[in-house]
Amino acid sequence: MNQKLKIADKEFSSRLFTGTGKFSSSELMRTSLLASKSELITVALKRVDVKDKEDDILSHLNQSHINLLPNTSGVRTAKEAVFAAELSREALETNWVKLEIHPDPRYLLPDPIETLKAAEELVKLGFVVMPYIHADPVLCKRLEEVGVQCVMPLGAPIGSNKGLKTLDFLDIIIEQSNVPVIVDAGIGAPSHAAHAMEIGADAVLVNTAIAVSQNPIAMAKAFKMAVEAGRMAFEAKLAPIKEQAEASSPLTSFLS
Amino acid sequence: MSHFKALFDTYNWDFTLQSIFNKTAVEVKQALVKDKLDLEDFKALISPAAKPFLEEMAYKSQVLTKKRFGNTMQMYAPMYLSNECQNICTYCGFSLTNKIPRRTLTDTEILEEVAFLKNKGYDHILLVTGEANQKVGVDYINNAIRLIRSHFANITIEVQPLDQNEYELLVENGLYAVLVYQETYHRDEYKKHHPKGKKSNFDYRLDTPDRLGKAGVHKIGLGALFGLEDWRADSFFTALHLKYLQKTYWKTKYSISFPRLRPHSGGLDPKVEMTDADLVQLICAFRLLDEDVELSMSTRESEIFRNNIVNLGITSISAESKTNPGGYSVEPQSLEQFEISDERSTEKVVEMLKTRGLEVVWKDWEHFSN
Repeated sequence: MNQKLKIADKEFSSRLFTGTGKFSSSELMRTSLLASKSELITVALKRVDVKDKEDDILSHLNQSHINLLPNTSGVRTAKEAVFAAELSREALETNWVKLEIHPDPRYLLPDPIETLKAAEELVKLGFVVMPYIHADPVLCKRLEEVGVQCVMPLGAPIGSNKGLKTLDFLDIIIEQSNVPVIVDAGIGAPSHAAHAMEIGADAVLVNTAIAVSQNPIAMAKAFKMAVEAGRMAFEAKLAPIKEQAEASSPLTSFLS
Repeated sequence: MSHFKALFDTYNWDFTLQSIFNKTAVEVKQALVKDKLDLEDFKALISPAAKPFLEEMAYKSQVLTKKRFGNTMQMYAPMYLSNECQNICTYCGFSLTNKIPRRTLTDTEILEEVAFLKNKGYDHILLVTGEANQKVGVDYINNAIRLIRSHFANITIEVQPLDQNEYELLVENGLYAVLVYQETYHRDEYKKHHPKGKKSNFDYRLDTPDRLGKAGVHKIGLGALFGLEDWRADSFFTALHLKYLQKTYWKTKYSISFPRLRPHSGGLDPKVEMTDADLVQLICAFRLLDEDVELSMSTRESEIFRNNIVNLGITSISAESKTNPGGYSVEPQSLEQFEISDERSTEKVVEMLKTRGLEVVWKDWEHFSN
């Protein structure tokens, strides 16, 4: 149970990916993320000083088991995203990038056209591309065709904590995908994360729900357990939901 | 081509103000239970009828701010480059008629100021000038941006309104945001306070955010100067402006500031008083209207007020500000544009924010382009 997740050349024991924003201190961020047991932690390039080895956020995440996933949050075009990715590759010595292009600063909804363009370019440049996108099944297949290593459809707008508002489309994406599907954005409660895992998502990414809770360390642990439970349930195959009661004495038993 | 002025001209100041004062407690209660507020709800929340609901507004504002921005506070510092000004503004220490020593920083002096602010930790900088196109026109501003852009992650300006192509030039060279306050949306009062200079053109200033939006500036800061006219009506028109801009220039981020008239050389007493309670009400009303808009607080306000407002909706704050060119290191004793109220050091303000459970964010932008 709880098979490891493989993305590109890396294997992950934890299927909970986490973000670094919105914590009340870098120390609380570090302690919470350690409690989550997350092995892939996204960090916004715009928030860190990649030239500074003593950068507050980066120095707090200097743990051997943590893989840093730089994101391109703040860019508005494919061109800017490629530039940001190259900057992060050089500074953070990783070719992994979470591709975020959201020209809409209010709801931070991703631009599908620019994202596809940037993904294609970044794959050619040798990046492991993890694109943040709307829960659009066709876009997911197009991204898969250009060579991304996973897709990261949203459950609801970033930071909204509304849960899996895109459930019907996530179902289609998971059914069709040949690359891992990581539900990103909108997951506001451990039960949302468990639900995403139960329907077959390969991982979830959570930030606000942990960072903004009253007790981020406890909440990080709660998410860890929820993701494990959801995955275990998925692997154990959930019992089917039936519209009608199944009589213990079948109505047609007299025929035999 | 869309322009805010076309929308603005369909409104009447007196009628708008009356409609705000006519709002009832029932309308306030209705606004408080809605998820998506419209401008009529905003009117209710800034009306006198909302006063008894201030605590409830503050609570909601705190929750919404925490949800969207987390436990963080963005730090920025203003850097005054020049006090040269060709305008007469009745409320400003830089006004042409004020006989003060005029000064415009040289490249060397700018870099001295940069060194001081970098040493304090600042990575977001607000460049400020008076309005003197000959001495501090777009070429001077462009030069300053190019000079300092490798030192700061985020450069914002608060200077005279420029043409669209001038903004485009500055964006290309590293400009992130522009703050442009209408001062007052009351056309006649505006004219009284700006009798001479380019700033006396109300419509050119009103159209500035449109030019900024078209030029692709990343963030536009709006606001009114409270004390010139009734703060409620001015705030309504600021909100109207915000909503229009958000729909029209949807890729742009927006911030709101809340400057109240402060003492300065050749001072003007506020025509309309805005109390601390009024200001809290307004800040909370903006947060309830829009959970994504950035709300900014300068050192114009007192220590006590700032200590308490940081948990009620504000998302960015300055500290240790000097409002005179060269004020940090080059010429600390020269005359300020206005007196600041919170004179604490950056370190003290950071400490205060930490004790209030807020992570200080120094950097939250990167100029990702070649």
